Amino acid sequence: MILQQLINGLMLGATYSLVAIGYSLIFGVLGLLHFAHGEVLMAGAFMGLYIILWSGLPLYIALPLAMVATGMLGIVIDLLAIRPLKKDFHLAPLLSTIGVTIIIQNLAVKLFGGYGTRFPDAIKTVHYKIGPILISSINILILGVSLFLMVVLYFFIAKTKIGKAMRAVSESHITAGFLGVNVDRVVLITFGIASALAGAAGVMIGIAFHAITPFIGLTFALKGLVVMLLGGLGNVVGAMIGGLILGMAEVMSIALLPTEINLQDIFSFGIMIIILIFKPAGLFGSRVTQG
Amino acid sequence: MDYLISVATIAGIYIIMALSFYLPFMTGQISLAQAGFMSIGAYGSAVCTVKWGIPYVPAVLIGGIFAGIVGVLLGLPALRIKGIYLLLLTLGFGEIVRVVAINLEYTGAAEGFPGIPYQKYTLLYAYGMVLILIIFFSRLRRSRMGRAFQAVGSDENAAEVIGVNIISAKLLAFSVGAFMAGIGGGILAHYQEYIEPLMFDIMHAIEFLIFAIFGGIQIFWGPIFGAFVLTFIPEFLRAIQNWRMELYGALLIIMMIIRPQGVIGLDTVQVVERLFRKALGNVNRVKIGSL
Repeated sequence: MILQQLINGLMLGATYSLVAIGYSLIFGVLGLLHFAHGEVLMAGAFMGLYIILWSGLPLYIALPLAMVATGMLGIVIDLLAIRPLKKDFHLAPLLSTIGVTIIIQNLAVKLFGGYGTRFPDAIKTVHYKIGPILISSINILILGVSLFLMVVLYFFIAKTKIGKAMRAVSESHITAGFLGVNVDRVVLITFGIASALAGAAGVMIGIAFHAITPFIGLTFALKGLVVMLLGGLGNVVGAMIGGLILGMAEVMSIALLPTEINLQDIFSFGIMIIILIFKPAGLFGSRVTQG
Repeated sequence: MDYLISVATIAGIYIIMALSFYLPFMTGQISLAQAGFMSIGAYGSAVCTVKWGIPYVPAVLIGGIFAGIVGVLLGLPALRIKGIYLLLLTLGFGEIVRVVAINLEYTGAAEGFPGIPYQKYTLLYAYGMVLILIIFFSRLRRSRMGRAFQAVGSDENAAEVIGVNIISAKLLAFSVGAFMAGIGGGILAHYQEYIEPLMFDIMHAIEFLIFAIFGGIQIFWGPIFGAFVLTFIPEFLRAIQNWRMELYGALLIIMMIIRPQGVIGLDTVQVVERLFRKALGNVNRVKIGSL
């Protein structure tokens, strides 16, 4: 029973990780809270839905397509709402990304309606029995894809030239610029990657929950923020592990805590407040100690 | 006409809320807890009038004081953190207040709190409060405490070196801001006659932040202007009803690009003061000449 819950928690946590990695990447490179990240995830989920519905392509082609489309959306957001801002007003990007949130949210309600849309069955649901636990093919898919994306991202940041440039920019824009890094381009690429990951998370949330609404953005944005704090601000590996921890902790809290009151709703916020008060650098450390 | 009055009343309450965001902001504290404090003030004052039969004015004050006390409690851990960490701490607090309100049977839980006595003169009370706050803020600007606030807001370390007690300045600003938000909540509760937890969710906290930053955060006229104009603009945009939220979002982005310090900056105030002085100067000259 406990083991079964842990598997479910891992699946939930893997999607949280993908969202949190996006936040962490953008926070690391730009030092700003990307408010519209949850809406990007929602947009990604709908793009995946319509790609599957209209083209009937199998998931292994549709998912990368949805990721590319969502990445494009992220790039457009950077070009329209982040890059034109003057650098010395640190609250301006907060407000302009709130503006982006409002626009995407309202457009989505117009296009897709305020009610839930059924997500097509992208893969056949098969249940595998391993000893006492039941693992569905959806579980395996979500966990597998998330872990794969995280490993690819890890090596991308650690080994490639662009990854190195991203790390340099997150140390200092000015120094990186002096050393010949095209800072604007690195920021653009970061937005693209972070948004593509959010898109992947959106599609997998659609597959896991079988339905999506234009309002899922906020929920997952908040979870992603908690995970980012848990892992340490700007710490990408921390965000990966933090997501898995939060997912499992949430599922366990539903299983173990009394159900008369809605404790689940404040569970993750409770965790967030405790971390903020006692360990603001997160469980795995953060280079940034002051936002 | 009735409709205009009701919009104007809500605008007055929002001005109080925007100023309640601005006061802690003077000391560099960004708070998304204002909707939570508003909720505490609204529920507190409604309990006073409905359950205990206390008259309107003391009930609203008690609600405000109650919110202020909670403000001290949240302000204490908030002293240790700043920037994005504080943003997330206050956001988590706001959510927890909402979940507590949803579960609290005494105040009607999720169904809301009905039957709050209607205050006919809410418009006068709201703008009376705004007037008091304008006097408060304009005196604060030139007072010892106000200068201390501004010193802490622009550079904490420097302020500490020249002998400002940062802890008391930040805690005072935070809790008085919470008190103001509580008053705003009390006034709102006795205008709507009915309150429910959903009226004080994160989106509202973000709205108060938008009012303040859009209007300008260099001087207190900014939040006043922002709250007033942004409450009325969607009403004027009714002609293009369908797209007004998208336009609102676009307006936020465009404003941050062309004027990141907000509409009302220190330069605006200087221009207005110069105009006033000119006008007054002419009057004086005329008087002297005629004598």
